[in-house]
Amino acid sequence: MRYPRATTMFRNWLFFVMALALPWIVRAQQSTPKADAPKAYALVHAKIFTLAGAPIENGTLIIRDGKIAAVGGQVEVPQDAQVINGEGLQIYPGLFDPITQMGLREIGAVNSTVDSTETGNYNPDVVALTAVSPSSEHIPVTRVAGITEVLAVPASGGMDSFGPSGVIGGQASAIYLSGWTVDDMQLKRSVAMVVNWPEIQTKTFDFATFSRKEKPYPEAKQEYDKQVTELTDWIERARHYAQAMGHGGPADFARDLKLEALVPVVRGQLPLLIVADRSREIRNAIEFCDKQNLKMILAGGSEAYKLKDMLRSRSIPVILRPVLTLPLDEDDPYDRLLSQPAELSAAGVKFAFGSFDNSFARRLGQNAANAVAYGLPYDEALKAVTLYPAQIFGLADQVGTLESGKIANVIVTNGDPLEITSEVRYLFIRGQLTSLDNRQKRLFEKYSARPKP
Amino acid sequence: MKAAVRYSCLVVFTAVLALNMVMVSRTFAADPPDAAPTVLLIQNATILTVSHGTIEHGSILIRDGKIAEVGQSIAKPQGAEVIDANGQFVMPGIIDCHSHIAVDGSVNEGSVSVSSMVNIADVLNPDDIDIYRDLAGGVTVANVLHGSANSIGGQTVVIKLRWGAPASRLPFEGAVPGIKFALGENPKRSNFSVRGQEKRYPSTRMGVEETIRAAFTEARDYKSRWDDYNKRTSAGEKNLIPPRRDLRLDPLVEVLEGKRYVHAHCYREDEILMLLRVAKEFGFKVRTLQHVLEGYKVADEIAASGAGASTFSDWWAYKVEAYDAIPYNAAIMTRRGVLVSINSDDAEEATHLNQEAAKSIRYGGLSREEALKMVTINPAMQLGIDKRVGSIDVGKDADLVIYNHDPLSAYAVVQKTLIDGRVYFDRARDIAERADREKEKKALIEKEKKAAEKKTEDKKSEDKKQNEKKPDEKPKPPQGSVGSATGETNVVRAECAGARGAL
Repeated sequence: MRYPRATTMFRNWLFFVMALALPWIVRAQQSTPKADAPKAYALVHAKIFTLAGAPIENGTLIIRDGKIAAVGGQVEVPQDAQVINGEGLQIYPGLFDPITQMGLREIGAVNSTVDSTETGNYNPDVVALTAVSPSSEHIPVTRVAGITEVLAVPASGGMDSFGPSGVIGGQASAIYLSGWTVDDMQLKRSVAMVVNWPEIQTKTFDFATFSRKEKPYPEAKQEYDKQVTELTDWIERARHYAQAMGHGGPADFARDLKLEALVPVVRGQLPLLIVADRSREIRNAIEFCDKQNLKMILAGGSEAYKLKDMLRSRSIPVILRPVLTLPLDEDDPYDRLLSQPAELSAAGVKFAFGSFDNSFARRLGQNAANAVAYGLPYDEALKAVTLYPAQIFGLADQVGTLESGKIANVIVTNGDPLEITSEVRYLFIRGQLTSLDNRQKRLFEKYSARPKP
Repeated sequence: MKAAVRYSCLVVFTAVLALNMVMVSRTFAADPPDAAPTVLLIQNATILTVSHGTIEHGSILIRDGKIAEVGQSIAKPQGAEVIDANGQFVMPGIIDCHSHIAVDGSVNEGSVSVSSMVNIADVLNPDDIDIYRDLAGGVTVANVLHGSANSIGGQTVVIKLRWGAPASRLPFEGAVPGIKFALGENPKRSNFSVRGQEKRYPSTRMGVEETIRAAFTEARDYKSRWDDYNKRTSAGEKNLIPPRRDLRLDPLVEVLEGKRYVHAHCYREDEILMLLRVAKEFGFKVRTLQHVLEGYKVADEIAASGAGASTFSDWWAYKVEAYDAIPYNAAIMTRRGVLVSINSDDAEEATHLNQEAAKSIRYGGLSREEALKMVTINPAMQLGIDKRVGSIDVGKDADLVIYNHDPLSAYAVVQKTLIDGRVYFDRARDIAERADREKEKKALIEKEKKAAEKKTEDKKSEDKKQNEKKPDEKPKPPQGSVGSATGETNVVRAECAGARGAL
C-alpha cells in the first residue's frame, strides 16, 4: 500500500498549477518533429564515435528515413540531404538510461502526478507505456543531457519511493525521448518484468504511526519466505497457464490477464528485471532464477561485487544504481560504489548505468565519468550508457551504436558526452532533428531578459 | 536509497529516522591523524588560488597550519615535510554552506514552528562517518543546520571537518553563529500529512510570515525591556528587577543586533521577497537564502538586500515549489550581482561539490573562476569566515584539497584533504589500510560469532541442569550466561573503535 500523501485540497491546487503550466506543455509538444522536416541529413567533418569500431576522424554520417543510412570516412553526401557541419564536433550514439520513471512521474511530492508504482504486490500485467505522458517536462530536460531513449520502469523507486513498491511491479517499456504521441515514443512496449526482490527487514518505518518498528529476525524471515513462496507460486501458475495455452483453445481455460502477462517470462522471452542491492538478496534472486529457469537482469546491485563470479558465470547483466551514492555500510570503503564498476568490468560482468530517477537522469553521464575516475576504462563507461543497455534489453539491433541500418538516435557534442561541461549541439531521435529547448531554458531566457526593477 | 536521502530536504525528519533505522552498528571516532608538521611544502602543483588566478608548477609553504608562502618556486626550508603534487591540482578546501552531517539524531525539533532555543552545536556527533566521506570529497568546512520543519528553526554552527577530533574541536573558531529559518512547503508541512496527527500551525505561507513576524515582535519587545533595564542600571538606578530571561527570544535578539546570521531555507520568489520585507521591517539582514531555487526570478531584489544565495546545482521537480528550479539559477543570480554558493544539503552530494559547481559553466556560461568561487570564497564570505579560508593566500588557514585532475571535471579524484595544514584525508593511505581493516573486521565478526555460540551452549547446559534439578526447585534466571555474552559484546564494540581508528 502506498503512503497517502496528497489531500483533496492539494489535488485541487495542483489542478490550478497544471492550468498555469498549460502554455508550457503546449510549447513542449511543438518541439517534436515537424511535418516539413527534411528527408535526409548529412553530418560532415565530425569525429564519429560509432562504438562499433575505431573512431572516425573527419567522418560523415547520413541519416535517412529515421535510420542511419551510412557512416564512415568516405561517404558521399546525398543531394537532398540537409548538411550539418560538424567541424570541431563529435558524434556519438544517443545515451540510453535503462531505469527511469520517465513520463510516469512529474512532481515527486504530488501524488496526482505520480503513476510510477501501482498498489498491491503482484501486478505483472501493468505496462509502463500505458501511463507515459508525452508532455512531461522531464523529457526535453533529459534530452539536453544527450539521452535519446530510456526505459520507463514501474515500481523502480525514484523520488516518490517511500513505502513498499510491490513484488512484481509490472512491465518496463523502452521509449524514445520524443514524440507527438505515446505511440510515436514507443521503442518497445515490454522489455522486462520488474521484480522488487523481497528483503528480510527487521527494521522498518511505519508511515501510519510515523515511527520506527523492529521485528525479530524469525518474523522478518517468515515474511520474506512468504513473499518468495508467493512469487514462486505466481511463476508456477504462469507455467501451467502457458501449458494450457499451448494445448487448447481459449474455451479450455479461463483467461487470467496477470498469468498471461507472465507467460513470456516463463517461456524465457521476457527477462525479469530484479531490483536487489544486498548480496543476500542478490544471491537468493539468482538462485531463484536458476531454479525456475528464468532470464534475469539485476537492477541496483550495490553489492554485486560480492557475487561477481556468480553473475559472470550465468551472464547476468546488471543495471547499476548511480555511483554517486554513499556506501551501504558505515565500514565500507568511502568509494565503494564509485569503484564497483571497475571491479565488475575487470571480472567480466556486463553492466549498464541507470539513473533510477527522472530529475537526476541528466546525471547519467556524470555518473559514468565518475566510475572512470575510479578505474573503469573510458570505452566501457561510454558503452555502459549506450550499447550495453541496448544489448541487455535486446534492443542492440536498433540502438546503441552508429551503424548503418540502425535507428538514428544520434548526438553531436562539443566534447566528451560524459563530462559535466560538455554540451549537446544537435540531437536526432528516429532521424529527426529534435529540439534542445525546454522549460528550464525558457525560464532562463525569460528571467535573463527581465528588466532591472 | 539515494533518492530517499536526497529527498531529505523535503522530509528530512523522515529521512533521518529512516537512516537511523537502517544503521546497524554504531560509529566510532578515528584516532586523531598524525600531528601536523610545523612546516609543510606542497610542490609542483597547478594551484587554483581562487583569489589571484592559477599558478602552474607552483608551491605552497605551510607553517603552523597557515599558508606562509604561495608562488612559482619556493625553496624548501630545512626540516620541511614535502608533498610532491606533480601533475596534480590544489584548490582551497570546499566549503559547504548547507550541511546536516555530524548531527546526532533528528535535525528537526518539529514540535513547534519557532524553535530558536535549540542549538545544533549541542548535538554534534564527531563519530559520524559522513564527516570522513565528505572530507574524502574535499570538504573542509560545513555550515551545519537544522532541518526545515520550522519557520524559525534552531541555532546553527559552522564546523571544520576535523575527523578524529572531539565534538568540542569541530566548531570553526570565531565563526558567527547562525539560525535556520524556513519558508514554504516544509514549515507549512505540505508534504507531511500523518494519519491521526493534527495539523500544526502554520499551514500556509501567510501563516509562515505571521509566525516570523510575531516572533520578532516579541523579540523586539523583549529587547527593549532589556535595553531599558540596562540603561537604567547603568544610569545608577538600584534594585531593578531584570526582565525574565527567554531562551527562545535571546537568539532572535542576537539577529536584531546583527550578531547571529539568518540562513533561510526558501524556494519560491514570493516567499523570498516576503522574508526580505519582514527583515527590513525589523531591521535585520538575511545573511543567506538557502536553496532559493526561484532566486533567479528576483535576483535584483536579492542583490539589493545584500543577502547571499546558496543553491543546488540541478535538483528539481521533487515538489511543486521545486518545479521552476533551473540549473541556470546560480549563473543568473551571479550575473545580477548576488553572492552565490552551491551547497549540498546531503552528505553524498557534498562529496562532489566541485562537479556541481562546474555545472554552472555548462548551464549559464559562468567562467571557471566564477564556478570555483561558488564552493570556496563565496560560501566563506556568506559565513563570514573569508579572512580565514576560501582562497589560497598567505596568512590563511591551510585548508586545501589536492586532486589528480582538474577539479571542474567529473574525472577528478581527491588525493588529499588538509585542514590547518594537517592531512585529514589521504586516498593512498586509505586504500593501503583497507586490507588490514577488512582482516580486523573479519576477526571481530568471528569473535562475535563465537560469543554467540558460547551463549547458546551456556543456555543449553543451563537448561540441562535445570531439567536435572528436582521439579519443586524454582529455575534460576540464567544470569551468568547472559552477563558474559553481554560482556563479550562490549569488548567487541570497544575493539571496533580501534578498527575504525585505522581510518
